[in-house]
Amino acid sequence: MRQFLLASPILIPLVATAVTAMLWSRPAAQRRVGLVAATLLFATTLGLLGEVLSGGMVVGQMGNWPAPFGVTLVVDHLSAAMLVITGLMGLAVAVYAMGPRAEERDRAGFQPLFHALLLGVAGAFSTGDLFNLYVWFEVMLIASFGLLVLDRTREQLDGGIRYVMLNLVGTTFFLLAVGLLYGLTGTLNLADMARVAPGVENQGALAAAAVLLLVSFGAKAAVFPLFNWLPASYHTASMPVAAIFAALLTKVGVYAIIRVFTLVFAHDHALFGPLVGAIAMATMVVGVLGAAAHYDIRRILSFHIISQIGYMLVGVALMTPLAIAGSVLYVIHHIVVKANLFLVAGAVRQMGGSFALARLGGLWATAPLLGLLFLIPALSLAGIPPLSGFWGKLVVIRAGLEAEAFLLAGVALAVGLLTLYSMIKIWNEAFWKAAPEPAPAAGWTRAQRLATFAPIVLLCGVTLTIGFWAEPFAAFSIAAAESLLDREGYIAAVLGAQPTRLAEAVP
Amino acid sequence: METALALTIGVLVAAAAYLLLARDLPRALLGFVLLGTGANLAILAAGRVGTMAPPLVASGAEALAAGAANPLPQALVLTAIVIGFGLAAFALVLVMRAHAEFGTACAEDMDEAERPDEVPATARPALAPAAARKEAA
Repeated sequence: MRQFLLASPILIPLVATAVTAMLWSRPAAQRRVGLVAATLLFATTLGLLGEVLSGGMVVGQMGNWPAPFGVTLVVDHLSAAMLVITGLMGLAVAVYAMGPRAEERDRAGFQPLFHALLLGVAGAFSTGDLFNLYVWFEVMLIASFGLLVLDRTREQLDGGIRYVMLNLVGTTFFLLAVGLLYGLTGTLNLADMARVAPGVENQGALAAAAVLLLVSFGAKAAVFPLFNWLPASYHTASMPVAAIFAALLTKVGVYAIIRVFTLVFAHDHALFGPLVGAIAMATMVVGVLGAAAHYDIRRILSFHIISQIGYMLVGVALMTPLAIAGSVLYVIHHIVVKANLFLVAGAVRQMGGSFALARLGGLWATAPLLGLLFLIPALSLAGIPPLSGFWGKLVVIRAGLEAEAFLLAGVALAVGLLTLYSMIKIWNEAFWKAAPEPAPAAGWTRAQRLATFAPIVLLCGVTLTIGFWAEPFAAFSIAAAESLLDREGYIAAVLGAQPTRLAEAVP
Repeated sequence: METALALTIGVLVAAAAYLLLARDLPRALLGFVLLGTGANLAILAAGRVGTMAPPLVASGAEALAAGAANPLPQALVLTAIVIGFGLAAFALVLVMRAHAEFGTACAEDMDEAERPDEVPATARPALAPAAARKEAA
């Protein structure tokens, strides 16, 4: 049963991709299959989380090949949490994508690509093998290419080219690093690599390969200075696509950084800690300043993705249990909030007729519920208590102060304030000021309205739950951090008590 | 053999870096293909280039004979080639669509995605007195 649960987050989207692709000419049937698959995915990930909470790490050897030889799937606390969030986002966006313009999107192939994206993301979160991680990255990437240029507008083609070019180079760096690490350690299994890495003679070459990995994961996570592709492309995508991108794609990069640098390169923390710390600070500042300079909702939100990535890297920079717990809590909170803001932006576009702040206005008078649903994720993003972002920021900043990284903590605080500035800017312009011209009547059916608002309300509910009932989430994050720092436990769980010595078998 | 491989990888990556800096998108794409080839050769070299004996298990034997070539890098490179081909094919189609749409394949002439935002009246900086007079006039 455990093994079945372990593989199902990969199997369900795989089957859904195949089935929706076969139903190519029948968009309505595709949508139904897609919704069922997304619901199933969410349910199984919840089951998997329960399994991890009750019985510890779930490990499975695919094809029954013993540990370092075959592909291992490992789901620990962090992976389980990421999978649940993936399931939740998959469900929310699958419902949201039934809203306005669903027919056009599905005719262009939204459903198969969307489930292929979930497949890649779920695979990346469950695998315990470096080369397999590369393969999942590619699955995710090629699906995201297709999704980004779904409408084939000029804007999307231009944004798509920027996105594709930088990501192609980024993943080739990943491949190069995989080759070098295989040459140095003689293994591709992450646990085996973690066991062998501290004893590798040529630590300089190992660090060089680690930097290559940092570059490629960093490009994926949009950290400073590799973030330019994100604000150039995300805002061109259609809203359900932008929401799922904002929720999951960059976070896979963050997850990979956390996983690899707490597991394989933890012994070299003296080198990578300050490096990642500097990157984190620069990312926070650059992202938030970029957002301050823009007046298009989608572009403001895109820049805020970058800024928030900085907070998530604090854990790797400091490597204390509290800091890593902060990163985990922050990732969980951020995915929900960020995706929700993009969903709200889509609703604003539908009701106000534009994404440009100059053309919006008066929405508080015409759509007070939408205003409320915007304020919850927006204030949470800025870290206003008692919403979820406050707890995330609190833990991250407190970890920074305890580790005496005062500069990092100070930057995190200042960036929080500037985030509030951007959110208030959207509020003032889109909701508060008088409408520049009478808003065009919202042309949508009752079903479309329901499909748009149901996921927004759901995600607002999750944000409020994390905010008002933070204790279980904080306790979970601390358990996840402890399990991430327990490298011996991970290695033993994957390789068994007596690891097969693959590394020494290579000439 | 290893020296020759290392030199080849170096030349490929250098050529790829040069091509990727081009503003002409088909050139940049060729750069990506070369970079991928360099990475594939690096994996092959990382698996140690030794004997040329094929890694086949003889009938009746339980394991590979000693001295057989390492099969793992070959499997990895094969996977990487397939993925690289798919990505390059997609990127090529994207560049062709962009060329048809924009009439150019030069990255600098495509500026559809990053136009300046329309600034709301309330967010515009207050005009300096001289400029304000000019505006009024």
